[in-house]
Amino acid sequence: MELNDMVNVDWARAQFALTIMFHFIFVPLTLGLSFIVAFMHTFYYKTKSDFWKSVTRFWMTLFGVNFAIGVATGLIMEFEFGTNWSNYSWMVGDIFGAPLAIEGLFAFFLEATFFAVMFFGWKRVSPRFHLISSWMVAIGSNLSAFWILVANGWMQYPVGTKFNPDMGRFEMTSFLEVALSPVAMSKFIHTVSSSFVVSALFVMGISSWYIIKNRHLKMAKASIIIATVFGFISSIGVIATGDHGAHYVAQTQPMKLAAMEGMFKGERGAGLTLFGLFNHNKKLGDDQPEYFFEIQVPYLLSFLSYRDFMSFVPGIEDLVYGNPKENIMGAAEKIDKGKRGLRALDLYRKAKKENNTQEAAAQRLIIEENEKYIGYGHLNAPEEIVPPLAIVVHSFHAMVALGSYFVLLFLVVFAVVFTNKCEKFKLLFWISFFSIPLGYLASQLGWIVAEVGRQPWVIQDILPTHKGVTHIATMAVQTTFWMFLVLFVILFAVEMSIMVKQIKLGPDDGSDSQGGGAHE
Amino acid sequence: MNSDISFVFLQQYWWFLVSVIGSLLVFLFFIQGGQTLIFNFKDDLSKKLVINSLGRKWELGYTTLVMFGGAMFAAFPLFYATSFGGAYFFWMLILISFVIQAVSYEFRKKSGNFLGAKTFEIFLLLNGVLGVTLLGVAVASFFSGSPFYLDESRGVHWQSTLIGLEAMLNPFNISLGLGLLFISRMTGAQYFINSIDDPNVRNLSRRQTLVNFVIALPFLLYFLFYLVTRDGYHIDDGGVVSLVKYKYLSNLLELNISGIGFLLIGLLLVMYSVFLTGFKNSNKGIWISGFGIVLIAFSLFATAGFNNTPFYPSSYDLQSSISIYNGSSSHFTLSVMAVVSLFVPFVLGYISYVWKAMSQKPLTSQEIKDDSHLY
Repeated sequence: MELNDMVNVDWARAQFALTIMFHFIFVPLTLGLSFIVAFMHTFYYKTKSDFWKSVTRFWMTLFGVNFAIGVATGLIMEFEFGTNWSNYSWMVGDIFGAPLAIEGLFAFFLEATFFAVMFFGWKRVSPRFHLISSWMVAIGSNLSAFWILVANGWMQYPVGTKFNPDMGRFEMTSFLEVALSPVAMSKFIHTVSSSFVVSALFVMGISSWYIIKNRHLKMAKASIIIATVFGFISSIGVIATGDHGAHYVAQTQPMKLAAMEGMFKGERGAGLTLFGLFNHNKKLGDDQPEYFFEIQVPYLLSFLSYRDFMSFVPGIEDLVYGNPKENIMGAAEKIDKGKRGLRALDLYRKAKKENNTQEAAAQRLIIEENEKYIGYGHLNAPEEIVPPLAIVVHSFHAMVALGSYFVLLFLVVFAVVFTNKCEKFKLLFWISFFSIPLGYLASQLGWIVAEVGRQPWVIQDILPTHKGVTHIATMAVQTTFWMFLVLFVILFAVEMSIMVKQIKLGPDDGSDSQGGGAHE
Repeated sequence: MNSDISFVFLQQYWWFLVSVIGSLLVFLFFIQGGQTLIFNFKDDLSKKLVINSLGRKWELGYTTLVMFGGAMFAAFPLFYATSFGGAYFFWMLILISFVIQAVSYEFRKKSGNFLGAKTFEIFLLLNGVLGVTLLGVAVASFFSGSPFYLDESRGVHWQSTLIGLEAMLNPFNISLGLGLLFISRMTGAQYFINSIDDPNVRNLSRRQTLVNFVIALPFLLYFLFYLVTRDGYHIDDGGVVSLVKYKYLSNLLELNISGIGFLLIGLLLVMYSVFLTGFKNSNKGIWISGFGIVLIAFSLFATAGFNNTPFYPSSYDLQSSISIYNGSSSHFTLSVMAVVSLFVPFVLGYISYVWKAMSQKPLTSQEIKDDSHLY
């Protein structure tokens, strides 16, 4: 059974990674484009001009195509929690289920109800109600992001929770701690603002294509102005919360931080590596360098982590083997405590069965003493707490580099369009067009850092990933993995084909090739 | 069982809520039922009208399904873990049938769709047939039981090599699934009559209302007959589960108005709606049958979960059966979620408001011709 679970966990993880990465191709655009459409719709409401109507309708059509496939893939995850991760669902469902249900009640119904009005309400409802509907879809989408990130934030930093030995599961002790967890807040703002950036790149990139092709210039320029302003402001949010996020990661998931930076030995006044060539052969405890070459900002990592330039930032080795000087407990000791807790749980159950209340009370005490480390009891070697390093290091650095590039791009494109110098900078618009996929890449990389960086845990410190899977024949998970893969490839191909076609058709603004001022 | 009164109250309150959401979901299956009728409308205009009238409501049904799952997860996580993790292929089949629904309306008629409109119409048909039938089978398994046992740490071990698909081989389960499918086709037709102002669509739908009701009847009667005569799972005061004769009949009777009462009133309402639609030329049938269906579904959910009955019984190991008492979230979580549930009427309120605003005038062929944004 254990061996089967170990093979299973790889397939279950592969399947979840496949589904969520596919899902997250569509989510950022839903989150950001919904607001961009709402802005445009607002301009239409204010001006009543046919121009803004056609702009709104054009982007709304692309939004709809993207939205549908996001909805379709979202349901898969809700099911997969149960089908592939049933032990997870049982162990933490008491906490994890709540934000999911709240998401459905508050956010999904808002989206679903007003989506139909947004698309079909042009003549059926008043213009005011129609506009409100567009805003409701944007708010609903982002509200759903909030609740799902509350759930994810809790997986990174399980607050408001206690282990219940009678049920053998974790239970909620404070809803407010879970819902208002600083980790969840910072994740929410980071995810949403970065999704706005992806959407802004999307709108800017497609509009750039129209500029290159000399079509729909008025619409393209107006869209670019909206997108670059929105994108630039959001980028600032991304950077601010990135810093904020790193601060919380340092407090709550020091191993993830060390992995992101590829830092083996901790130090005081640690520098932040902005760019470097990571040494893949580096092993725990050897003398090889971490990087063959790196550009570092001195002291910055210490400052980001603990708001103190001289603070100690633990490295991977400190966390694995412990560092008594800096008062850091090693993983071996934690595993030991965890195993003691698990053994006590067995004895507790036995005592309960035999109605031996005295023994039960004694064992319960031992469980409580070791509760914090109970997840470590499922591990065997201290080295197991290290996540896959190369993928985390590279993803993190690539994400940071891309994020910085986007800020610059928004500024430059805005300046060129605003001063009406488009003809002189054709190359810039090609760059802008080809930056669309980079936005998606950055957001996927961000999730890789967050999720792979958390390994071996599915819930940080309390539940290792391999303890979350369903006991089921691996063949079943493999079958559905391939099934989803085929389905996704087909759906993606159709979606892309429709998107490209819609973009080629362009907005129905009655004037295909005439230019004009962007701001009116 | 638990001696804490308010905990028990919350567990029951949450089963009540799950039953309400589930019953509304069953009503909203008119969307799926309607999807299975698409191919009955041969001319292009009728088909367009039918698909577009469904296209404005499908998300509501889909979201209600998500909500039902979410509420089950939050309130009864042991059921979620056991059923989804155990009846693996069964739930995966349901999942796929809804995934293909979600893209179909949006993609079907868009240029660039290289699979063709027909592919997505077939997807809608599949969602209608599989989605409704299988969810009906799932509800029936609340009474007939499933082959699993739970180990000491509540891990599920399914005892059938078909991992879930075996539920479809049980005639009792299948009779509810098919009965529900044809009733949904009936309400789908009634929905068209109400929401589309077109003589062709309305004539054909009136015929379909009658035909599908007549087909549904034997399946539903078969199901009800075996429900009231079969042995059922019962939890005694010590928490031990055993099979008891006429358990579900006595549940229906003991639940009184919300059991046998709702069931009979619901059946009468459905029959009355068929009469109005088929013989009195009324367009309002969907509302009467819809209300009736909500009542019937509620009585079934109530029968499955209340009155010391495990709602997810194990036919393999009786003591692994899951009830609202041993399968629920903690007292604390249920009370937090109970506070959250106070917003349900608010959500239902704005849904009804929007529904009314969007659907007070039925869809006409003129509107279809004028509007450039179409499914």
